[in-house]
Order: sequence, then C-alpha cells, then structure tokens
Amino acid sequence: MRDQVILRIITKLIIPYILVFGFYVITHGELGAGGGFQGGVILASGFILYGIVYGVEEMRKIIPRRLSDTLAGIGVLLYAGVGTYSVLAGYKFLDFTPLKPSDLGVAESWGMTLVEYGVGITVAAVMITVFSEITEGTLPVENSSLVPQNKRGSDRMD
Amino acid sequence: MIEFLVINGILLFLITVTSLVVLMMRNLLAATVVMSMYSFLMSLVWLNLDAVDVAFTEAAVGAGISTILLIGALVMVGTEEKRHKPIHWPACLLAVLTTGALIYGTLDMPHFGDPEAPAQTHVAPEYISQSVEKNKTEFKKRHGARGSNYFYNHVPNLVTSVIVNYRAYDTLFEVAVIFTAGISLILLLRRRRFGGRG
Repeated sequence: MRDQVILRIITKLIIPYILVFGFYVITHGELGAGGGFQGGVILASGFILYGIVYGVEEMRKIIPRRLSDTLAGIGVLLYAGVGTYSVLAGYKFLDFTPLKPSDLGVAESWGMTLVEYGVGITVAAVMITVFSEITEGTLPVENSSLVPQNKRGSDRMD
Repeated sequence: MIEFLVINGILLFLITVTSLVVLMMRNLLAATVVMSMYSFLMSLVWLNLDAVDVAFTEAAVGAGISTILLIGALVMVGTEEKRHKPIHWPACLLAVLTTGALIYGTLDMPHFGDPEAPAQTHVAPEYISQSVEKNKTEFKKRHGARGSNYFYNHVPNLVTSVIVNYRAYDTLFEVAVIFTAGISLILLLRRRRFGGRG
C-alpha cells in the first residue's frame, strides 16, 4: 500500500480524529455512553490503522515495544493502585470514599475516572501488542498472502 | 409497538442472512467483512433495546477491532477455506437440539419490558439505589432541598457506575485478564521470533 497516495493521505488525515474520539470516550466514560474499554479499543485502532497502511515496523517507531508493554502494566497498576490507596486510607479495597471524603458523589466520579483511565491504557496497549505480534513481518499488505504472487510489488490502484 | 416489531423483524432477517452467508462463504476475507456487518446489525439491535453502552461496545469491539485482528490473522494464514464435507450431520443434530432447548427455555422467561420481571424488582432498584439514591440523600442532607445540581452529584451514566463502582472487583480482574492475554502473546510469539532463551 506504500504506492497508494490517496489511502496514505486519508489515513494521515483521519488518525487525529480517531485518537481524539478515543480520548473523548475514555474521559467521558462516567458521563455518556462508552468507557475505558471502548475508548481504549478506539485509541488502539488509530495506531493499528497506521500499522496496516505503513507497516508494523513504522508503527513501532511511534509506539515502541518497550512503551506499549510498560503502558499495559501501568493501566492495571493504576486501577489496583486506586484500590490500594483506599486500603491505606483505612477504607475497603476499591472504596472510592477517601478520594474526597467530604463529598461522596465527587469521590465516586474521581474514582471512576481514574479507574477508566487505567482500563483504557491497558486495553489500548494490549490491542496494539496483539495486532503487531500476530502480523509481524506480513505488513504492508502487498507482501502478504492476501495478494496473488504475480501481483506483489506492482503498482495497483484498486 | 408495531414499529418496534417491524424494525426488529427486519434486523432479525438481516442477521439471519448475514450469519448464513458467513457459514456458506469459502473466501475467508469476505466472510470476515460480512461478520463485521453482522456485528453492526447486532449493535443496532442493542440500540433498539436501549442498551447504548452494549451497542457502543459491539460496534467498537465486534465490528472494529476483532475484524482488524481477524484480517491480520488472515494475512498470515491465507484466505481460502479448506475443502470439507458440505453438511456434518452429528453437528447439525446437536445444533438443532441446542436450539430447541434454548427456545423451550425462553418460554419461561418474562415478557420483554415486563415491570414485574425479577430483574426489574430485585436487581435494578438495588443498582439505582447504589448510584442515585445514596448520593441524592447525601446531597439533600448537605445542601437542603434547594439544591441546584441536576444530578445531585451522582454519576450520570448508570451503566459505567455499576461496572466500575458496584462491580469494581469484577472489572479489575477483567483488566487483569486482558493484561495476561497481552503478556502471554508477548511470551509466546516475540521470544520465538527474536531468538531469545526458549
């Protein structure tokens, strides 16, 4: 797909909107439809689109393996960390009260927001990892089994 | 009510057709695309049942990421299905028996939207009181009856509230499962590819 100019330009145009929408869904998880899981998947699909069009190695230059592995761990740690903070503050595990004891509703919002961020980070990182591991070395598509042998590498505009 | 039936009838027809097409199709790439159509139709069904969060998840995960991951797998394994016998009779019999048992089971279920259904009388009030009533009484106690905050400081999206607050442990271990899946994939595929210690 390296030669397909329209596809490459449109991809680059569309990716910022996908990422912004993903962030929106994660950060508005407690206000509207969606949440960490859906937002994380949308975020990851922005990177995966880049990986499909430009190749996994190009995508890995933007989000290296070390970074995505670390983020996958950080998300779970953030979630469990909120729970552990409650325990240290003298409440039950994952009880959000200590985040703002004077106002339970706000404490709940804070807890849910932090937890959603954790879910979103982990899901996005793991989805990127899954994609890049199962397609390693086969993308961009012109080198793969989806394209017949005699057409590989030629300049097709379909 | 009749619009509801008509829309659901159309959706049921389209879903049956797309799933049959997925079964018949020999080209796996085309089958994957039709499966993504199936997921979008399911998302419409959830939307029709007012389950917006489930519809969102179905569209993002079922139609989006799983289609991409399946296509990613097809890039590795090729797109032509292996030849096999057209109809596998024991499997057919099992499918018919299971379907019959499930349909027999649905006869005992309450009608759709029945206010007397157990889900409406036991679980739903408990969830709503966990999220809304608790904060409403708290807010009234603190600010008196003239509170101007529309949501009484509770979280507007009840579904997320139940998932992350009431069932926080459940969600924590769901995230742990996703994390474990990622780690297993890294251990199985990356180590082999980069020739690390096996």
